[in-house]
Amino acid sequence: MTHNAMIDEWYPVGLFSKLDAAGRKTALMGEPIDVARDAEGNAKVTEGNGRPLPVRVRYGHVWSSLGAPQKALFAIPEADQAGRRFVDVGVVRVRCSPLRAVENFLDIAHFPFVHTDILGAEPHTEVQNYKVEIRDDEVWATQVKFYQPQAAKSASGGITTEYMYRVPAPTCAVLYKTCPPRPSEWDVITLFVQPLAEDLCDVWPWMALFDDTTSLTDLIHFQQTIFLQDRSILENQIPRLLPLDPGMEIPTRADLTSVAYRRWLKRHDYTYGAQLVAQ
Amino acid sequence: MKLYDYILSPSCYKVRLMAALTCVKLDIRPVDFHPGAEHRGPELMALNPAGSIPILEDADLILTESSAMLVYLAARAAPEWLGSGAAEETARVQQWLSFSNRLTASLGGARLHEMLLRPGDITALQAQGIAALRELEAGLVEQGLRGMRFLASDRPTVADIACFPYVALAPDGGVSLAPYPAIRLWSRALRSLENFIEMPGIHRLHELKPDPHIEPDGA
Ligand SMILES: N[C@H](CCC(=O)N[C@@H](CS)C(=O)NCC(=O)O)C(=O)O
Ligand SMILES: [Fe+2]
Repeated sequence: MTHNAMIDEWYPVGLFSKLDAAGRKTALMGEPIDVARDAEGNAKVTEGNGRPLPVRVRYGHVWSSLGAPQKALFAIPEADQAGRRFVDVGVVRVRCSPLRAVENFLDIAHFPFVHTDILGAEPHTEVQNYKVEIRDDEVWATQVKFYQPQAAKSASGGITTEYMYRVPAPTCAVLYKTCPPRPSEWDVITLFVQPLAEDLCDVWPWMALFDDTTSLTDLIHFQQTIFLQDRSILENQIPRLLPLDPGMEIPTRADLTSVAYRRWLKRHDYTYGAQLVAQ
Repeated sequence: MKLYDYILSPSCYKVRLMAALTCVKLDIRPVDFHPGAEHRGPELMALNPAGSIPILEDADLILTESSAMLVYLAARAAPEWLGSGAAEETARVQQWLSFSNRLTASLGGARLHEMLLRPGDITALQAQGIAALRELEAGLVEQGLRGMRFLASDRPTVADIACFPYVALAPDGGVSLAPYPAIRLWSRALRSLENFIEMPGIHRLHELKPDPHIEPDGA
């Protein structure tokens, strides 16, 4: 087992706003953990045997690690930008590899088929050329353009949306997309994935948006609708674990980001939830 | 007519679906069920002490049971959805309307557990769900022998709409629909109804793949 590289990463383990003194029992990479609020109101994470684990509170969520993180939690500068609304979308459990959950989030080719009439629609299924690169050791896909019937709650009617995707940590992805009410800014939508086991994860979507008109509940429901459309597909992917051996799943142009993500995972030995040997 | 609604709730979807099928316009009031637990907050508890959604409000009428909402929509806009009125058919409609509560408790409970981390005995919920699915499958097979495609009649009624959502979403709770051919045919028949609407996890019947092109032979 070479899971060590991922042990030292930060993972979301709960919503800060929902913490209580009684604590919540959950798991991180197979280990039972407890996430609670202490007497001073701070987040506290402990392993099953009582060992305290490192804690950060950022982007609405509590973050922790079973190991000794060498790096700070990745930055999302938009989280400090005035005028944005921050939306805790809430947890959804998915019986799939945490890496598969991230990879699906990076894939736009499925929009017209899975998110029909919201994020895509036939016959607009063409994914135009875009750029994929490694920037500061993060996977970035830029200049991703796609026609969308209802790109955001704040969009009225179809627009061609531009996306940027960023993978700053093995189980976290940040998406920047055209912001209909403010063309000079990007809306930020993230997928923070808590690996419970290699084939089970809790997904915590979070958003930082410019939208002063839509109610918070509507914003949550819009994102939950989209994520729930993905859930059944994620639960039916075969193999369960993400194959990291080239040649097992043949990529098309739309999958450039996925190829870069898999290579990046492999290079860093981020293999918790991955399948290394072709079966 | 105002519906206190949650987009991921199969019980709320029953009402949205019935309204769509009978061309009734609903005024939707979204409820932050998850993660906000707004249905347990003072405003909604005052309307429905049971702390559940959907809630349907129409002037003085406040309904908190989805089966009653289906009946109300049908009685107002499309009485054919209530069945013919014949004794046996009326009884079957009532039988399945009541039965639908078992689907909510079992398959719905399993789904909340598996998807939104609701505490519960998942093994027991899934076992009860499977028992209910078998009963529904047997009911549909018997209806088929009577020459009828739907639960109470040869046309869909409120009973079908009451049972359909939790059944279609059973896989969300880790319960497979593969062993139930009659249920799958019935689900197809419902999804192909005019004005059918979807919810996340329940897809419309659009074919992603075109029919295979078969060359006429002998030419
Ligand atoms: N009164 C039942 C209740 C339906 C039901 O169970 N609704 C769920 C949402 S799908 C609910 O509100 N549950 C309350 C809870 O789980 O806290 C009906 O209308 O059919
Ligand atoms: Fe998706």
